[in-house]
Amino acid sequence: MPELIDNLYALGDQIEDTKAPKVPVDQMWTKAKFENKLVNPTNRRKLSVIIVGTGLAGGAAAATLGEAGYHVKSFCYQDSPRRAHSVAAQGGINAAKNYNDDGDSVYRLFYDTVKGGDYRSRESNSYRLAEVSANIIDQCVAQGVPFARDYGGLLDNRSFGGVQVARTFYARGQTGQQLLIGAYQAMERQVAAGTVEQFTRHEMLELIIVDGKARGIIARDMVTGEIETHLADVVVLASGGYGNVFFLSTNAMGCNVTATWRAHRKGAYFANPCYTQIHPTCIPVAGDYQSKLTLMSESLRNDGRIWVPKRKEDCEKDPRDIPEEDRDYYLERKYPSFGNLVPRDIGSRQAKVVCDEGRGVGPLVGDFRRGVYLDFADAIKRMGVDAVKAKYGNLFDMYTRITGEDPYKVPMRIYPAVHYTMGGLWVDYGLETTIPGLFAAGEANFSDHGANRLGASSLMQCLSDGYFVLPNTIRDYLAQGPFEPVAEDAPEVLEARKSVEDRINKLLSINGDRTVDSFHKELGHIVWEYCGMERNDAGLRKGIDLVRSLRQEFWRNVKVPGSADTLNQSLEKAGRVADFFELAELMFIDALHRTESCGCHFRSESQTEDGEALRDDDKFAYVAAWEFTGGQEGSLEPPVLHKEDLIFNFIQLKQRSYK
Amino acid sequence: MNLTLKIWRQAGPDAQGELVTYPVTDITEDMSFLEMLDVLNEELIAKGQEPVAFDSDCREGICGMCSLMINGRPHGPEVTTTCQLHMRSFSDGDTITIEPWRAEAFPLVRDLIVDRSSFDRIIQAGGYISVNTGAAPEANNLQVQKHKADRAFDVATCIGCGACVAACPNASAMLFLGAKVSHLGELPQGQAERDSRVVKMLNQHDAEDFGGCQNLGECSAACPKEIPLDVINQLNHDFLHAKR
Repeated sequence: MPELIDNLYALGDQIEDTKAPKVPVDQMWTKAKFENKLVNPTNRRKLSVIIVGTGLAGGAAAATLGEAGYHVKSFCYQDSPRRAHSVAAQGGINAAKNYNDDGDSVYRLFYDTVKGGDYRSRESNSYRLAEVSANIIDQCVAQGVPFARDYGGLLDNRSFGGVQVARTFYARGQTGQQLLIGAYQAMERQVAAGTVEQFTRHEMLELIIVDGKARGIIARDMVTGEIETHLADVVVLASGGYGNVFFLSTNAMGCNVTATWRAHRKGAYFANPCYTQIHPTCIPVAGDYQSKLTLMSESLRNDGRIWVPKRKEDCEKDPRDIPEEDRDYYLERKYPSFGNLVPRDIGSRQAKVVCDEGRGVGPLVGDFRRGVYLDFADAIKRMGVDAVKAKYGNLFDMYTRITGEDPYKVPMRIYPAVHYTMGGLWVDYGLETTIPGLFAAGEANFSDHGANRLGASSLMQCLSDGYFVLPNTIRDYLAQGPFEPVAEDAPEVLEARKSVEDRINKLLSINGDRTVDSFHKELGHIVWEYCGMERNDAGLRKGIDLVRSLRQEFWRNVKVPGSADTLNQSLEKAGRVADFFELAELMFIDALHRTESCGCHFRSESQTEDGEALRDDDKFAYVAAWEFTGGQEGSLEPPVLHKEDLIFNFIQLKQRSYK
Repeated sequence: MNLTLKIWRQAGPDAQGELVTYPVTDITEDMSFLEMLDVLNEELIAKGQEPVAFDSDCREGICGMCSLMINGRPHGPEVTTTCQLHMRSFSDGDTITIEPWRAEAFPLVRDLIVDRSSFDRIIQAGGYISVNTGAAPEANNLQVQKHKADRAFDVATCIGCGACVAACPNASAMLFLGAKVSHLGELPQGQAERDSRVVKMLNQHDAEDFGGCQNLGECSAACPKEIPLDVINQLNHDFLHAKR
């Protein structure tokens, strides 16, 4: 083991090659597609692919690889692939179609993505994302996705946070659902065709590696409790992000890190875990019973105006009684050119700043009110109630249902909440992890968004990965086949099965005093408090200690009722929370080592005079890819950091400005 | 508020089930219905009992995973999903009966959880437009009249929760079917397979043991996404056309 830094981690070899073709960025994908080897159609059905997750990335990949004729096994923990959490994305999907002739282009979408990510993403991957974006819209329209249209029958666009062109395609406030139904139907068509086998209510609990290659997974049938072995020639993890490490987030209840964390434990590097996005427009926390937070699409920021009272003493007043001159439209004041449409990280942090000043609104949570107004009074005056209803009706209804307040009459109250994780498994240009034959797609990988993701870009990335990138790059990997068959009783398979069974038995046998949820809530509180919207050295160090001692208590004192051989939701949660504990420690170490601020990672020690994130490009223009080195349950060995330098050949690094 | 819950408990598909009474106290009106059940489950675990198994995932009314018959109505008294139902819809002292969806085609898994994979198989039978990835033409080459696009969207909002089936005395899935047939049938992209789609999906519907439709309208009244009843007219119309 090399020398320890800060007693927390060690420095390993640099990552030298991401396997992107050595040509200008606008020629890379063309060249890669040409150089990727082909597989003869008659050989395809003999090659098998496991895909974990059926959201936009996993569902799209399953459909496309099935269409190509490979044998696909698709897994999801929900009772139907159509329920994966991509379904909840509201606002829209970006594409460089330039239908409005407002100056958009592939290059501008690429530029916006890299700038929005605060220059911590790879040029090669971000460019490819922009390049295939237009194909995504074509594909989805052909599938019957009912995008919004204008009276001429053509597709309608709107603009979204952090950009000045209208390139966002949308289906009212349910774009994610409509895109997912498109991918789901395409996948079900392949189930009927016999190319895709679907395993619902199944959870991947371990990765099988044979001869250094990913060759399968151990999964638990969540209905019968049976532990199953599934073997294949290649494994794709499209299992989403890890926002639920915070307990409260906009993720679905079941979203978890287990698939990617198990792969990380077996050798896949985990990149930039500290980059977590806090979304500015969510419904504020109402009580400690709360199980999740609800996002209000940031499309609302197009017409709603964000403000707080200028004076603390007005914060308890009915907002309608506060005259115009006593309101502080702080985003419009601080960022005149972007106003309410600043990127998410800035919008979130500024909400925290005004609330920390004591000017927040809504109920007191501790010593502060944690909420700001999102006001539609001007929009209703300008557009009329009906037009506002047509555009945002379902969002307003959802707000009313949750809060009991009517946003047509009283301004909404919003506050930032954990929403998306830019970090994830490290992948090369072809989306392959550091384990050969293991690929990661969608939110599960780290690749395209740098330190901050722009609105309407997650759907784009998932579908880009699933429909267009993976089917090309996996083909190249599979062309090395046929692969040596793996026996169900191979020692590597048996070892993986046994480790899963041992862990389940251990969780069930502790029989302590505290429920899984109580541990998860406390963990989430620690991560939010010390590794949330603002981080500093002392807080991060304290957080590491707190996570470690809570994790030790978990393995001593958790209570998991029921048995392993039946549907047992407490057991499912316990396994996921155990993995969140390990991930949380790595997030803290990553956040501590990155002493600069960038995008969503705001270190209070590193800010400009105006309080904006201050990058340190000389020291930190790299991807932090972490290697797991061992350890069980209560204690982990220090991870090893591998740096991948980010080289900017086409975009000049600048201090981001949205003023 | 304090409430009395009567919850269906059943250890597995072949086990004997029964309604079990649980009192819950200090429930606040801002809680969601499922958060109220979370509170109950935490108490049950603390007492060494097994928690009530129920499905939920997104908890924002869009994934369709949550279900529950609440006082005999799918998703309870409001027009929304169970996860978006809040306790302000109930009063102190209420007794609330909570049961799973009941339908031949939705076999019970455990407690309040049922198996809705029959819906997936109906989609597999034809609920799609056949277009391979990469085969799509430029999107704006195709114009779709706005009223048709809007109608397609309105009926595409179905979340596949199964409330329509649970509400129907015959456990028919015609609303679910009609929504999909109307969504794809409204669009020019969906015309090539329009006839074969409706026939294949209807055959699968019957093979799954869903019941027949009598146009009672309970399905549409219970639908959290307010899918209109006239999708069933469209379904019948398309079916007749296909048979001609």
